Amino acid sequence: MSYRFRDLLALEPLTADELRFLLDQSKPFQEIQKHPLKKLATLRGKTVALAFFENSTRTRISFNTAASRLGADTMNLQAEASSIKKGETLLDTAFNLNAMKPDCLVMRHSASGAADYVARYLDIPVVNAGDGTHEHPSQGLLDALTIRDRLGTIENLNVTILGDILHSRVARSNIHLLGKFGSKFTLCGPSIWVPRELEKIAPGVPIRCVYKMEEALEGAHVIIMLRVQTERLDDPPLSANDYILLYQLHAQRLKLANRDAIVLHPGPINRGIEITPDVADGPQSCVLEQVTNGVAVRMAILYLVIAGATESGTHPALEAKPKESANATD
Amino acid sequence: MLLIKNGRVMDPASNTDAALDVLLDGEKIKQVAPAGKIAAEGAEIFDAKGLVVAPGFIDLHAHLREPGQESSETIETGTKAAARGGFTAVCCMPNTKPVNDNASVTRFILDRAKAMASVRVWPIGAASLESKGEAISEIAGMKEAGIVAVSDDGKPIATAKLARQVMDYCRSLDLPVIEHAEDVSLAAGAVMREGVSSTRLGLRGMPAAAEAVCVARDVQLAELAGARLHIAHLSAKASLEQVRSAKSRGLRVTCEVTPHHFTLIDEDVTYDSRFKMNPPLAAREDRAALLEGLADGTVDAIATDHAPHEPALKEVEFDRAPFGILGFETALALALEQLVHSGKMSLRRMVELFTTGPARVLGIERQIAAGLPADLTIFSTDRGWTYSVDESPSKSRNSPFDGRKFKGGPAGAIVAGKVVYRAAD
Repeated sequence: MSYRFRDLLALEPLTADELRFLLDQSKPFQEIQKHPLKKLATLRGKTVALAFFENSTRTRISFNTAASRLGADTMNLQAEASSIKKGETLLDTAFNLNAMKPDCLVMRHSASGAADYVARYLDIPVVNAGDGTHEHPSQGLLDALTIRDRLGTIENLNVTILGDILHSRVARSNIHLLGKFGSKFTLCGPSIWVPRELEKIAPGVPIRCVYKMEEALEGAHVIIMLRVQTERLDDPPLSANDYILLYQLHAQRLKLANRDAIVLHPGPINRGIEITPDVADGPQSCVLEQVTNGVAVRMAILYLVIAGATESGTHPALEAKPKESANATD
Repeated sequence: MLLIKNGRVMDPASNTDAALDVLLDGEKIKQVAPAGKIAAEGAEIFDAKGLVVAPGFIDLHAHLREPGQESSETIETGTKAAARGGFTAVCCMPNTKPVNDNASVTRFILDRAKAMASVRVWPIGAASLESKGEAISEIAGMKEAGIVAVSDDGKPIATAKLARQVMDYCRSLDLPVIEHAEDVSLAAGAVMREGVSSTRLGLRGMPAAAEAVCVARDVQLAELAGARLHIAHLSAKASLEQVRSAKSRGLRVTCEVTPHHFTLIDEDVTYDSRFKMNPPLAAREDRAALLEGLADGTVDAIATDHAPHEPALKEVEFDRAPFGILGFETALALALEQLVHSGKMSLRRMVELFTTGPARVLGIERQIAAGLPADLTIFSTDRGWTYSVDESPSKSRNSPFDGRKFKGGPAGAIVAGKVVYRAAD
């Protein structure tokens, strides 16, 4: 079974089959990351526009790397250098980028729904690289891929997410993906960041909010840490020392989780705040695998939205070794 | 002379619901009599067969944007849209540029209205200078120039102390104080109502309490000052309960509800900025409470909060878009759909909410009787039609109801004896 994706704006509207398909499509691209020569020609001649209206290092570099490993060219717009400071509307900026005829727009924006809004007006695929506090679909996919690699499954897991859930687009994408495979969620953090409304954001998915970390970790197969945004420690006021006292993940607390539990973090990590270095660098941590898988997932996304879905089994990355593919046409 | 024939006259003030003809002479009503009994040789005829003839609808809450924001609306375009919505009088909020906080601005608005307006324009003056919440505006001067109420709409009167002073002062001037009830610290940065929907969408929400705590403050102050307090665009169940309790204690507290708040809820919000208004669309249980309050008399009036914003302002990310939607042309049709056809209330009660209800808030009469001003609203309860915002005379297009199919709506508006709007059949 294969699926077509006009855009990738959010994981919430996707079905379990579509999500599984996206993960399966990422597999061959994971293999490519291990190869000494990583460049394909799959999207040679195509252009990917990367518009980052909000600061981002790893997601932007990851998408950029994904595009170039597929043989595509990129055009880069970064907030500081852009005309948004000159008062141009988002839509005008998007129309201008589109007028340079890219084949896809990857965008990051601080407003929830911004990618959804732009996609309504553009005739090229739009990939959401994070919109405000709404979703971060490629992060949700790379997390699932990492979990599947480590635990062998993404079904029926106990997933614990720790930190500022209210403002986390990563948490929402995790919930909307893993929730469709029978996972149960425990959300934990200071109550102002973990409002009870979160229990109802994905109907049918068991989600509970707890405020004691010990309770949250018990029986967890997967622990997803979120970055504590130090700028948000002020609004609303919250002491960093209190946060460390109540919610820091350290080795002692990690023992409360399932023995084989894995720890994910979308980065960048605040060592010594939400997580201690020994846990971040320990055997249960997957943070660097997440980064590697990020490139693979984003290659799959770009490939699928630009080249369109192909029947599984005829995937260009499957049939062509990177070396030969340098001569292949798309 | 104009004879309105064959209509069903519904006049709440005189408890009338009958087949009557109404003869208008100049700016006044000359005669009201059973159908066919008026012989008016040479009078122009408005055949209202199958239609309801009601006192002229009053909108207590609108933004006409003139002076200062004429690219979004003017007194001319706004009142044309109001007439198409069946309104014969519109109260315009003072948050223009400059703010209507002194008699010169009030007179400017009234002069422009005299020259350009399709319907009566009743200005509301700012409660504080520039609506900044620091000093009381020139309320007596504005009253002499023609304001009908004061408000710092767009925001509440900033402090309890100033609100108390304004209420004290307005009691002596016998003017209602209209409050945009919102605790701005609770609402800071919010773009919709706080709840499951805002959490799911990742949009910052304001709790219902942002409105309710301010209503609580203002009811206390109205009691202290003995003032007439009117709560604008009330949206929360908790606020409504406070108004209900204030009324039962005999306080002069009234409130209005907008058509969008009795029609839509937060679950309807998408990233489309046409669903962004302040107060934001409320929770399911709030809407249910509003429908109850509209029927049982706790709510005094339906007001549109017509808030035009030109496309360039509204066509941006949800977070950046200004609050507000158009309201004039869909108000009556939404009221018929949500309140009458749904069986929530009688047609007469709905007419009250557009006529005697808002009139009482302003302290005026609204009735169809000989000698009174010839302001009438004529409407259908069953004509099928589709609202197309592109046909609106408004300069703005920000309506979430574009394309909605309706049963019943405005058929005509008569202001001071003149037909200012008549629907094509």
